[in-house]
Order: sequence, then C-alpha cells, then structure tokens
Amino acid sequence: MLNLAESITSLLTTATDAAGGLQQAAGHGAAEAAAHGATHATDVVMGPWYVLLIPLLPMLGVVLVTLTALLGIRTKLPAWLTVACLGGAFATTVVMYWNVSAGPAVTYGFRWIDLATGNGHRFTADFGLYVDSLTCLWMLFVTGLGTLIALYASEYMADDLKAGYARFFMAFNLFVFSMACLVMADNLVLMFLGWEGVGLCSYLLIGYYFKKPSAVAASKKAFVVNRIGDLGLLMGIFLTYVEFGTVQYAELFPMVEPYVELVKSGMAWDVPMRVGLIPVLFMVGAFGKSAQLPLFVWLPDAMEGPTPVSALIHAATMVTAGVYLIARTYAFFVVSPIALPIVAWVGAATALVSATIGMAQFDIKRIMAYSTVSQLGYMFCGLAFLSTAGAAFHVLTHAFFKAMLFLACGAVMHGFAGQLDLRKLSGVAFMKGWGIVGIAMFVGCLNLAGFPFTAGYFSKDMILAEAFVTQGPGYSVLGWVLLVTAGLTAYYTFRVFFRVFVGPRHAEPGDDHHDHAHDAGEHGDAEPDHHHGFHPHAPGWAINLVLALLTVGSIAAAGLYFVDKENHGWVGGMIHNSSAYTSAGSAAFLDSANIGMHVDDPVGTGHSADHDDAHGGAHGTLFGQDPHKIMYYVSAVFGVVGILTAAYLHGPKGPLGLFIGGRTKAATSRADGLADAMMPLPTYARNKWYFDEFYGALIVKPLRALSHVFHLIDKLLIDGLVNLIGSLPRFVASLIRPSQSGLLQGYAAGMAAGLAVVVVTVWMVIAVTGGGS
Amino acid sequence: MDMLTTLAQADLPAAMAPATLAHYLFLSAAMFAIGLIGFLTRRNLIVMFLCTELMFQAAGIALIAFSRFHMEQTGQTFVIFVLTVAAAEAALALALVVLLFRRRDSLDAEQWSEMKG
Repeated sequence: MLNLAESITSLLTTATDAAGGLQQAAGHGAAEAAAHGATHATDVVMGPWYVLLIPLLPMLGVVLVTLTALLGIRTKLPAWLTVACLGGAFATTVVMYWNVSAGPAVTYGFRWIDLATGNGHRFTADFGLYVDSLTCLWMLFVTGLGTLIALYASEYMADDLKAGYARFFMAFNLFVFSMACLVMADNLVLMFLGWEGVGLCSYLLIGYYFKKPSAVAASKKAFVVNRIGDLGLLMGIFLTYVEFGTVQYAELFPMVEPYVELVKSGMAWDVPMRVGLIPVLFMVGAFGKSAQLPLFVWLPDAMEGPTPVSALIHAATMVTAGVYLIARTYAFFVVSPIALPIVAWVGAATALVSATIGMAQFDIKRIMAYSTVSQLGYMFCGLAFLSTAGAAFHVLTHAFFKAMLFLACGAVMHGFAGQLDLRKLSGVAFMKGWGIVGIAMFVGCLNLAGFPFTAGYFSKDMILAEAFVTQGPGYSVLGWVLLVTAGLTAYYTFRVFFRVFVGPRHAEPGDDHHDHAHDAGEHGDAEPDHHHGFHPHAPGWAINLVLALLTVGSIAAAGLYFVDKENHGWVGGMIHNSSAYTSAGSAAFLDSANIGMHVDDPVGTGHSADHDDAHGGAHGTLFGQDPHKIMYYVSAVFGVVGILTAAYLHGPKGPLGLFIGGRTKAATSRADGLADAMMPLPTYARNKWYFDEFYGALIVKPLRALSHVFHLIDKLLIDGLVNLIGSLPRFVASLIRPSQSGLLQGYAAGMAAGLAVVVVTVWMVIAVTGGGS
Repeated sequence: MDMLTTLAQADLPAAMAPATLAHYLFLSAAMFAIGLIGFLTRRNLIVMFLCTELMFQAAGIALIAFSRFHMEQTGQTFVIFVLTVAAAEAALALALVVLLFRRRDSLDAEQWSEMKG
C-alpha cells in the first residue's frame, strides 16, 4: 500500500534525523542507532485483513442491538446477538493469535485524519491496527471474557427485559469496540479514541440505573476523575507529536530506540527532558484509567453499575488499559529516569491503601472493587520492576479470577434481591442450587489470595520477586509493602468467603436498593413487603455455565506459567515478542553504578533465563537467597497466614472454618472484638481513609466556593457593565422623552418653532450676505 | 412692479395707494399667523381644522401673488390643484373629526394624547 511505503520512507528520514541529533548529544552510536531504526522499520509488515473484524464485529453488534431496540423487540435477542458478535470477534482473535508473526504487523483500514500542519509536515492518523503479541494477549481476554460475560448478562439483566436490556447490550458492544480500538490501534490518536470510548461506555453503564441518584453520581464521578487522567494522556500525545512528528507506533518505536541505547550505555541524563516528560504524562492517564492513587476514588463507586459491567469493565478489561498503555509505550518509560520509580511507588501505595480499605468494608462488591484497585497496584509495580511479563501475566490471571469473583458476587446479589452485606448472608454455597457459585467463589478467592499453585500465586510472585531483584529507589521496601499487602489481600478475600459462602445458612434479602429496583415482581411476590416469604433465586444455566467455564479457566491459567519456560511462561513469551519488551534490557540507569553482570541461578524456577540482559546490574537478594526462588515460599507464607487469620476471625465452627473458626451467626464474628480493640483504625478504613472527604474539602469545596466567586463577578462586573451600556441610551431617552407630549398643539408649536428658526436663519443669512446677488 | 401698478390702477380708486406685492404678502403672512396662533391656542378640533385651512389659504394667496408678480401661470395652476386636494382633504379631515367626536363625545384635542413618550 502506498501509504505504508510513504510512512516507511518518512520513518527512515526521521530515524536518521533523530540519530543525527543524538550524535551531537552523545557523540557516538548514531550510525548504529540509525541502522537499528531502519531494520525496525522494515520489520513492519502488512497484517491480515481479517483482524479488522475484531473491532468491526462488536460495532455490528451495536447496530444490530440498536435495531432490535428500534423494532421494539422485548426478548433476549440483544443478548444473543451480542454473544454471537463477541464470539465472532473472539474466534477472529484466536485466528489472529495463531497467525501472528514474531514481528509487529499493521493492518491498514482507512485514512482517518489527514492534516497539513502548515510547516510542510502532515499530521496523519489512520484507522489501522497494530498487531503484535501484546495486542493478541489483550484481545484474547477482552473478547473471550466479553463473550462469556455477555452470556452471563443475558440472564443477569433479564429483569430489565422491558426496560434497558437493549441499551445495556448496546453499550456492552460499544465497550468491546472501544476496547479493541484502544488495544489494537496502530497510533496514539486511535488509541485515544478507544480510551475515551471505553470511558464513555463506563459512564453509560455505571449510570445504567439512571433513576438511582447514587448511580448517576457515581457515573459522573467516574467520568470527571477519568478526565483528569485523560488530560495527562492527551498532553502526552501532543508532546509525542511535537517531539517525534508522528503518532504511529511503527514509526515511533524505532525513533525511541536511540534513546534506549543511550540509557543502556549509562547516559540516561542525556535524554532530552521533553522525551522524559512523555511517559510521565502517559502515566497520569494510566493512573486515571486504572484507578491508582490519587485518582482511584471513582472505581469503588463504579460498582453502582450492573455486576456484569463491574466484572468486565471495572475489573477485567478497561481498568487494565493503563497497564496496557505503559506496556505498549514501554520504551518511553524506560528512557525516563523518574517515570518507572513513580509508577512503582504509586502502585505499591495504592495496593496497600486500597487493601486496608477493603478489609473494613461490608459490601462484598465493594470489597472486590478495592481488591481490583489493589491488584492494579501490583500490575503497575510489575511494570515498574521491569517485569512487564509479570504485570501482563497478572493482568491475565486477574482478569479471569476477578471477573469470576464479581460474577459470583453478582449471582448472590441477583439471587438475594440485591443483598451485598456480608453480615446478612452466610452459608450461601450450601443452599440448593448455589454449588457452582460457591466453587467459583472459592477458586477465585484462592487465586486472589495467592494460595500456592494457583494462577494468581504465580503471577503475583513474578512481580514480588522482581521487587527484590530490580535495583531502584526503595524497591525492596516496596517489595515488603507488597508482601504485607498480599497477606492483607488473602485476609479480606477469605473474610468474604468464610462469612458469605460457608457457615450457618442464613440470608436476609436486600432491600433492592442496590441493583434490582424491580426484583419484587420477578420473584413472584408482588406485594411490596417481599421480605416476607423470600426465596433466594438460584442462578440459572447461563450464570452457572459462565462461572464453571471461568473456574476451569482460572485453574488452567496457572498452567500458562509452565509453558514456554525460557520466557517466564506463555505470557512472558507474548511480551517478549512485543513492544513492551523492546527495552526491558535498559535497567542500567536504575543501577548504573553496578554494571557488573549478575550471576543467575536458573535452577528449575523457569524465571530469570535472561536476567543478565534484563537487569544488567547486580542481582538483589532476599534473605540472602535469589528472590525468584525464595519468593515462592515467602509469598505462600504471607498468603496462608492471611487465610488462616480470616479463618480464625470469620470462619465458622468445624472443618469449613479450618477448625479454628468460631462463628455461629451471620452477623457477628470474632473480628468484631478485634475491631473494637483497634478503634479508631477500622472506622477510618471503613470510611476509605476519608479520601472522598479529603478531595471534597481540598478540591470540590474550594472549586464550589470559587464558582460562587465567579458567579458574583459575572453578576456584578460583567452583567453590571452590560447593563450600564444598556442603560445609557435609556437615560438619554428619559431626558428627551417628555417632548413627546402626545398633545397635538405641542407638536404644532414645535413645528412652528422649527419654522421660525428656519426663517430667522434664512433672514440672518440674507442680512449678513447682503441679500444675495 | 410697474406692470402690477398699472393693472391695479385700472380698477382701484385713485385715492388709495396701489396694492403692491408687499400688501399681498403681508395679508398672506397675517392670515398664516392668525391660523397658526388659532391652531396653537384653540382646543376645538373643528376650529383647529379651520385654522389649518386658513394657513392653507394664506399660502395660496402668497402663491397667487407671486404668480401674478412674475406674470406666469404656474403658481395659479398650482393653487387650483392645491384647492382641489384641499377640498378632498377637508372632507377626509372632517370625517375623522366626526369619528373622533363619536369616540369621546368631545371635540377637545387634549382628549387625544395617549401617544406620548
């Protein structure tokens, strides 16, 4: 295609330019760098046409579902259309995965934006899809989970068949389309389109129950907080264009390569500051979308949306967009000396803070939300610890088990009329028809808690070990923080499990305020007081099937760790072939003092095969051992201690409480006494460490006060000025208006006077000029 | 001036000074002033209308006088037209006065002063 040829040509020129500039700065390596860039440029091959189907099929779904709505179809048809379209997209993704080459491929769709920028340059952005293994990895779980969750939602949303069923699935399809744009874009602008698209769908779906004020408030909060992050991302894209003159990945990555080489050769501070600023701006966007400190407050509130949405968008896919962004533009992050350390500290702080909040909540869906925030913190840490493979693996395993946990919670919520309070539910797993939900919850909890040999255990370990391996500012401290957080995670996860799913059977139905404003009629007791004679509504085949599949998937995900061992598992292999790996070897700046090779011990751990080039410097240790090895035991200890603590404090009497639990009622447990003893800390944690209040006092209230000031200025100054100008003619008029008396004689007198004036004037003129000539 | 003098001398008694253009113009001005003053001072619509007629005729006299003075017919012709139009206008104006009277049962012009600023 002509376009591609053009871009390659321009790429070659710019790469040479960049290298030339570098030569002045660094004094060497320019030719190498240029050659490097050139080889990369030729690496870009045409992708197959059918990958275009991956975004287009969900778009087709949007159209079809909209049609069903227009035709007034009130059946489950929208759900089946969605499942079909997303299933098709998933199948296409699988085909794409099987055929993906090692190098990136670009499939050109159409020219989307083409602007002359006035200085002889053109700004172009195509609807083109950039396919490498990172894309495949993300799209596999986005479309795969999308299909499953759509199937789940076909049953879950059935209560709304007469209301928003089609609206829900329209937004659902639109979300997958936007996510596909985000992940598959071959340039930053299309990526931004997807980024904003998922934000829009998130907004639409959080506010799905738009008659509920709290849902509307939550959707607005999510939208506004995300805008803050998006501003950062947008500025980052601007700066990228200003600095590199293009937004196409295929052109950008080779251009960054010389800077990466510069960093590798220990001259990190020679990288221009503007280049170093780009990842910092990207990072702000990632923090917003992935709910990291200080922008995490929107995600827990986002649980106001229907549970399938929480599972797909706010746990599995959209919130990992920040991780994807960093992984995709990893080369930028590596060249900045400050970006990755900030990511590490923010990620670890988020993980700890949200875990402590999650420990004190009673709403099981919110607990899951805080655990999502916390796990996202782990992913960011993984990126920052130069373990993109660990981060991506954690994204993948987390996507599975967290979606499953949410869907299990959703099933509970669906069945118990919106009840989410863990003090009001107990022994759910042993009620009739709830077995699969219980098993799914158990497997999900094991994964989230990092119980040995689960997928979550392996992915978390990869990140934790790197904390002690990678040299960075305070990284080993962060490693301990993350380890403690892992213990806390295990505790609060199993707190939910021991309280809700095992123990004496007890259930109080919810008051429907949460998700099911119209449940009463659905469950056959139309009288308003449906608490009376309430029957739990066991999940049907769709929910059970999806939960079963996800359970199997979550367990099987652990196996991925043992595939492709030389690359740290299947995900590692995927990362290795993608742009996220480009520069994983450039940690040198982090420990430029230790240029020595580190001796590795690849004794059967499957880790660390290429840590020589991956980390360059000295290998950190933990307890005098290789962290990769010992982390298996350390993190297992933390996880198990967390689970045992939960069992002691919340577990029921008997074998299901591991013989140490003592709970006999749903509402109370041993933890209550402990919480009383620790007052006021639990109250603080329950109130989310007053983040919302803090932001309210720090940002919202001053802004509101400022708006009043502006209102006054508008009222007094602006309006006053306008009114003054308006009143001037009015004042002048009031002076001369009395002459319009309305009396006939008055006007006649005026005319007579005018005539007199004319006559006198003429007479005087004649008198002066002497009567004319 | 001479021609006018001779024409006047033919009919007027010798004792009287011949009427010159100035006399006619004075008459015209006087009539106009009377009409104007009447219009400004009286409140009766009919009287006011008569006063306007008076001013009208004053202007006509001036026109005819000048016409005669210059010995050409334009002024007179013009006055004939003006009289014709004035007749029609008088009919119209009187009709209006009648209508106004019916509305207020009065001919007072001050009854009609709503249109003020």
